[in-house]
Amino acid sequence: MAIQQLEKHEHASRRTAPEITVSGIGKRYGATTVLKDVTLSVAPGEIHGIMGENGAGKSTLLKILGGAIMADTGTMELDGHPVRITTPRDAISHGISLISQELALIPNLSVLENVFLGRWSNRGSLLSPNRDSEHFARLLEDTGFELDPRATVGNLPIGQQQQVEILKALARGAKVLCMDEPTAVLNEAEKEKLLHVIKRLARTGTTVLIVSHYLEEVLGLVDRVTILRDGQHIITEDAAGHTPESLVRLMVGREVDFLVPDVPQVSSEAGTVVRVAELTSAKVKDISLEVRRGEILGIAGLVGSGRSETLLAIFGADRTTGGHVEINGRRIRPGSIRDAIKAGIALIPESRKEQGLVMSRPVAENIALSTLPARSWAGFVRAQRERTAVKDVSKSVDLRGARPGQPVANLSGGNQQKALFAKWLLNPPAVLLVDEPTRGVDIAAKARIHSIIVELAAKGTAVIVVSSELEEVLGLSHRIHVMRHGRIVAEFDRNASRDEVMTSAFLK
Amino acid sequence: MTTTTVAVPSTAGKKFNLNLKDFGIVFGLAAIMLFLALNTGTFLTGRNFINLFDQAAVVGLLAAAATLCIISGVFDLSSTATLAVSSISGVMLTQHFGVAAGFFGALLVGALLGTVTGLIVVSTKVNSFIGTLAVSIIYRGLAIVITGGAIVAPLPEQLASFQTWTWPSLFGLTAGSVLMLAMTIVLGIVLWRTTFGRRIYAVGGNQEAARLSGIRTGSIHVAVFAISGLCSAMAGMILASRAGSAQPAMAIGIELTAIAAVVIGGTSILGGQGAMWRAFVGVMILTVISNGFNLLHWDTTYQQVVTGVLILVAVAADGLFFRKSTR
Ligand SMILES: Nc1ncnc2c1ncn2[C@@H]1O[C@H](COP(=O)(O)OP(=O)(O)OP(=O)(O)O)[C@@H](O)[C@H]1O
Ligand SMILES: [Mg+2]
Repeated sequence: MAIQQLEKHEHASRRTAPEITVSGIGKRYGATTVLKDVTLSVAPGEIHGIMGENGAGKSTLLKILGGAIMADTGTMELDGHPVRITTPRDAISHGISLISQELALIPNLSVLENVFLGRWSNRGSLLSPNRDSEHFARLLEDTGFELDPRATVGNLPIGQQQQVEILKALARGAKVLCMDEPTAVLNEAEKEKLLHVIKRLARTGTTVLIVSHYLEEVLGLVDRVTILRDGQHIITEDAAGHTPESLVRLMVGREVDFLVPDVPQVSSEAGTVVRVAELTSAKVKDISLEVRRGEILGIAGLVGSGRSETLLAIFGADRTTGGHVEINGRRIRPGSIRDAIKAGIALIPESRKEQGLVMSRPVAENIALSTLPARSWAGFVRAQRERTAVKDVSKSVDLRGARPGQPVANLSGGNQQKALFAKWLLNPPAVLLVDEPTRGVDIAAKARIHSIIVELAAKGTAVIVVSSELEEVLGLSHRIHVMRHGRIVAEFDRNASRDEVMTSAFLK
Repeated sequence: MTTTTVAVPSTAGKKFNLNLKDFGIVFGLAAIMLFLALNTGTFLTGRNFINLFDQAAVVGLLAAAATLCIISGVFDLSSTATLAVSSISGVMLTQHFGVAAGFFGALLVGALLGTVTGLIVVSTKVNSFIGTLAVSIIYRGLAIVITGGAIVAPLPEQLASFQTWTWPSLFGLTAGSVLMLAMTIVLGIVLWRTTFGRRIYAVGGNQEAARLSGIRTGSIHVAVFAISGLCSAMAGMILASRAGSAQPAMAIGIELTAIAAVVIGGTSILGGQGAMWRAFVGVMILTVISNGFNLLHWDTTYQQVVTGVLILVAVAADGLFFRKSTR
């Protein structure tokens, strides 16, 4: 009976998704104006895209709606009634739920506990696991996600952690979902599933605000689109009249064209740089692969298929129980990251927040961290050299939004990704292992990162690219390995069709 | 395209904000000093300043080491137990081999015990708070075993030179104060300018990112504990030199005063943030307050209340600023 009540409550609340109007929203950090006089309104049940370059202020706008930060100026109305949202709690009480770019789950708790986090208080002090798990089962049914409620969230791949975030918002009966780049961490199939879920939610009356850098995805999904540029509102219009090109023009403010870089042929004499033989760790089995000088090898597969773990094992970051890695004929000491780095391997990890960046430290320090000895003398950092080097490399990845001395946490998500990339470009590596190279960057920066990868390869770097974005893998790689359940199960060449690779990755 | 329009205005504004926040604690110290200068006739005398620095020497050394530890993401609660064992060893070595050998031996024992503490914490992967607490109990026990629970002192004819650290030296400051200032500066430069310092910040800020950048996080922690042991031995040398003896229960609880000073200075207990000058300012605030209570003949019981309130204010401010800067 209690469940029925809950259900009724949810249906009732969904039908009453409010019209949201924000006017004159402004936000500054020090003298940096991040948002300036932003005004827009979103109709109930609308799917509303928010687009703009890295650092345009999209996340800031969503965070203001979700109560994570407070605007300096401006007002907000729900169905014409002024409201003041100063905390996430306020936002939730108005049915607004923020699913942030950086996920905010508690890693030590189970999926179930995370989903119902903060809802316990509504039920007195006694927890009722049964009711929760029934409710959970229904949420899974609604969304089509496959999650073990007892799994510890910290052990899940990022893609599934995000599903947990979405369930958490739904469990709170959110009427307005603010999603900051939800698809950035998902692979094709999951993406489709998510877009499907979003559409279904919108049909039942939920309003969805979504930030994304994928133009086609946005155009195929949203009813209306808002474009921000340098913190200013440019347009809010029906998506129907727009094309990817017209959106980009408005985002960037000028005419641009982004060519897929030409991936040059690998010379037939190019020697093998990377030779991995039967590498086995807790997460991957019998990984054998070779990459030649100048070659780009792509690894495709589902989230959790062992792609990232393959890179970690090669880099010596995960303990291996068998097999070995050779770089230019020299065996790397198993489990030694330092030896791997010495041999010229670089790893750009999957998660910039957990594995990539030291958020509290300045941008420049982060970029210089993995190559400290190269710019030091007798253990002292040569600050001037470091500044110059960092400046150059920041420019080459188009890093914007903060001075090199500011904490990396102050950068927008896409710019953090660029900083992460810049870190391993200071000393061009012999082997580049890169996991989701363009997660969260805007299309201009993405094109730039792609051409950097291709250029590195052209200069002789052996590259292994992991990406959930099939187009990225297909567009960049000379050869493609497909992984499933921790093993390499198929191999394709550059001319493989999208469908072939998809089928081999996703079908059992 | 608009790189500059975004970046340029941020320069001035951010810097201004940062400065205010950064140096708030310095204004705090200045305010207390001004108050004492106006309300006592004795505060602003050279003699009192020599006294102030001498009083700050022991906590200053421990706080300098604690700064390295806390920034790298660990606590060292064993520092004063190490202090006791090393100064006892120093005194015993003095009895047999002379004062110089005694001091040298004390430093060696301190660094060694620090290394052992580090190895224990790193290899067992226990939380450093609990790990070093356990280690401190072991070391205190060790001190009792060595001395049989008694006070140890150098031979009477050695006493004069054993008390070197209380002698006036540079600018009339005691040798102990000079040692503390020198260590603060050296370790400050290590943090600020060396690759080792960078690694300390990185390990404390995000251990996994540091590891994936090729930093041996375990080695960094062991090194930091070793330095902590060395500083403890120096502090112990000064204390023993002052008292003319050493004993197993010496300096109990001062490790917490040192951590308090670090926190009051504004170094974040979360790791990855902070600076050496902050520890120094924190130590001076505590010392000046205690000095003030003496000069004003106030009841020193209230001194503890004031210190406690200060710590709370500092930590709360840290949390507030932290939240503000990430919001
Ligand atoms: N705490 C902060 N202090 C200073 N500047 C900040 C802070 N947070 C964000 N910024 C700046 O605000 C601007 C907008 O950031 P925001 O995260 O909203 O961008 P975004 O549009 O979401 O970009 P992305 O596509 O890269 O995620 C950026 O230039 C960023 O550097
Ligand atoms: Mg963003």
